[in-house]
Amino acid sequence: MMKEHKHYLAEMVKELKPSGIRKFFDLAASIKGVISLGVGEPDFVTPWSIREAAILSLEEGYTSYTANPGLLELRQEISSYLQKRFGVKYNPVDQVIVTVGASQAIDLSFRAILNPGDEVLIIEPAFVSYAPLVTLAGGKPVPVSTHPSNGFKLTPEQIENAITTKTKAILLCSPNNPTGTYLNKEELIKIAAVIEKHDLLVVSDEIYAELTYDEEYTSFSSLEGMYDRTILINGFSKGFAMTGWRLGFLAAPKPFTEQMVKILQYTTMCAPHMLQHGAIEALRNTYHEVESMRRSYRRRRNYIVQSLNNMGLDCYTPGGAFYVFPSIKKTGMTSEQFAEELLLAEKVAVVPGSAFGESGEGYVRCSYATSMEQLQEAVKRIKRFMDSLESKANRAQEVYSNN
Amino acid sequence: MRLSGDELEVLSILEENHRIPVEDIALMVNSSVDDVNAVIKKLEDEKVIVSYPALIDWSKVAGKENIVAMIDVKVTPKRGVGFDEVAERIYRFPEVTSLYLMSGAYDLSITIEGKTMSEIARFVSEKLSTIDNVISTTTHFMLKKYKHDGVIFGENNERDRRMVVSP
Repeated sequence: MMKEHKHYLAEMVKELKPSGIRKFFDLAASIKGVISLGVGEPDFVTPWSIREAAILSLEEGYTSYTANPGLLELRQEISSYLQKRFGVKYNPVDQVIVTVGASQAIDLSFRAILNPGDEVLIIEPAFVSYAPLVTLAGGKPVPVSTHPSNGFKLTPEQIENAITTKTKAILLCSPNNPTGTYLNKEELIKIAAVIEKHDLLVVSDEIYAELTYDEEYTSFSSLEGMYDRTILINGFSKGFAMTGWRLGFLAAPKPFTEQMVKILQYTTMCAPHMLQHGAIEALRNTYHEVESMRRSYRRRRNYIVQSLNNMGLDCYTPGGAFYVFPSIKKTGMTSEQFAEELLLAEKVAVVPGSAFGESGEGYVRCSYATSMEQLQEAVKRIKRFMDSLESKANRAQEVYSNN
Repeated sequence: MRLSGDELEVLSILEENHRIPVEDIALMVNSSVDDVNAVIKKLEDEKVIVSYPALIDWSKVAGKENIVAMIDVKVTPKRGVGFDEVAERIYRFPEVTSLYLMSGAYDLSITIEGKTMSEIARFVSEKLSTIDNVISTTTHFMLKKYKHDGVIFGENNERDRRMVVSP
């Protein structure tokens, strides 16, 4: 007789925690008229010329497989983009792989480098899938908390404190999701010294590289001595507003990519052919659209950071991505309570910081990838919410002193 | 005239939506309300910002549907003043909504709006063709407006298709 299904499942998978935002998503999706600052993707639709190129390639019948690492034509474009934009040189023939989203690139990286028990440092607050991907690849994710006192910037000491004899690699994500924190060249050089000292690898998630607002972006692999230690991960999702296309890429030293191609070959074969044609168009002809989207995000960032600070929600100015990460500690609520009450009272959705790791507690992630009109309305509603909390607190104070 | 980065930002914000409060513009460009007001005043004085009209889809308003025609006009330019003199004679008519000097097969491109087709016909035959230097006119009536000044008219089907919350 068959036992209950759960007895047949892999322990490792059963033990994975469901993403912390799932519960919140269900609640938010059940309410009508929500203004969402909870979305982790651009509000822009993919530029038309990119969409048009993909449509054309379907019309012309590009429906077959491509080479495992993707169309050579696309890899060539990626290679010259990486060189032009970040000053790093990768051979399109055997050092660049087109993946199904940057997520797959991260998965391939961990699977290629981790032996059972190898530790990977995950800088928290962190994107929800890093730690599970390490676990699934047989490694052990080790959280490294960053602190609000310096805008959640990773310091060399924080890395040093977490390193053990089993530490194999570190995952860097700058600009960061959820904090928007950006590490500049000087800060990265200091981190590189620790990496060198302890002989670590770096999986560098640079998916938000096109979205930095105050300083020029520095790719980790462009730092002296880091090229050979870095798996550079990027993609089209954020900069080119192509999240639903699921197209990312990675670039790394050949001994790494050689192994990763094998995994890709056996798991997915290749990224969708017709979409790769869209990506070629993206890199060839639409960079001006990236620039105009970046300008638009920058304005909205300035607007929301100052608006939140003005209403008493402490918020540092993040250097990139499209998130701000204000502190809600003064309300006395947990980040989950705050997000839930704000949603129920004012129909504004933000994501509780605790979804991104322990050090995110006391914060909420607000995405400003939404129209200026929506942002203005959201700011109005959050202000009303904060005022209502304050008057509640004042009333309680009065009752207390009258007694 | 060379503009600073902030001035360009203000222009680009206003071009998108000129009804946005100055206070919000100041937040968006990390500047003070007074400074933004000064920038706007300067750009208005220099006629960089020409005016602040609303873009209206009159075809949706009963009784206000206009007939629009574009007229290609060939003219003989006049010594000393070129096309400017005849252009001025034409753009002074209030029913002319735009007028451009063009390269190519004809010289002036006129957009004209009227209540009825005969109103436009009257303008062409009585006013436009009788101007001294006008050699010929070709009138095209506009049948449907899909996009105007960068804005798509009619149904907006590019609504937000994203999930409410995503990582």
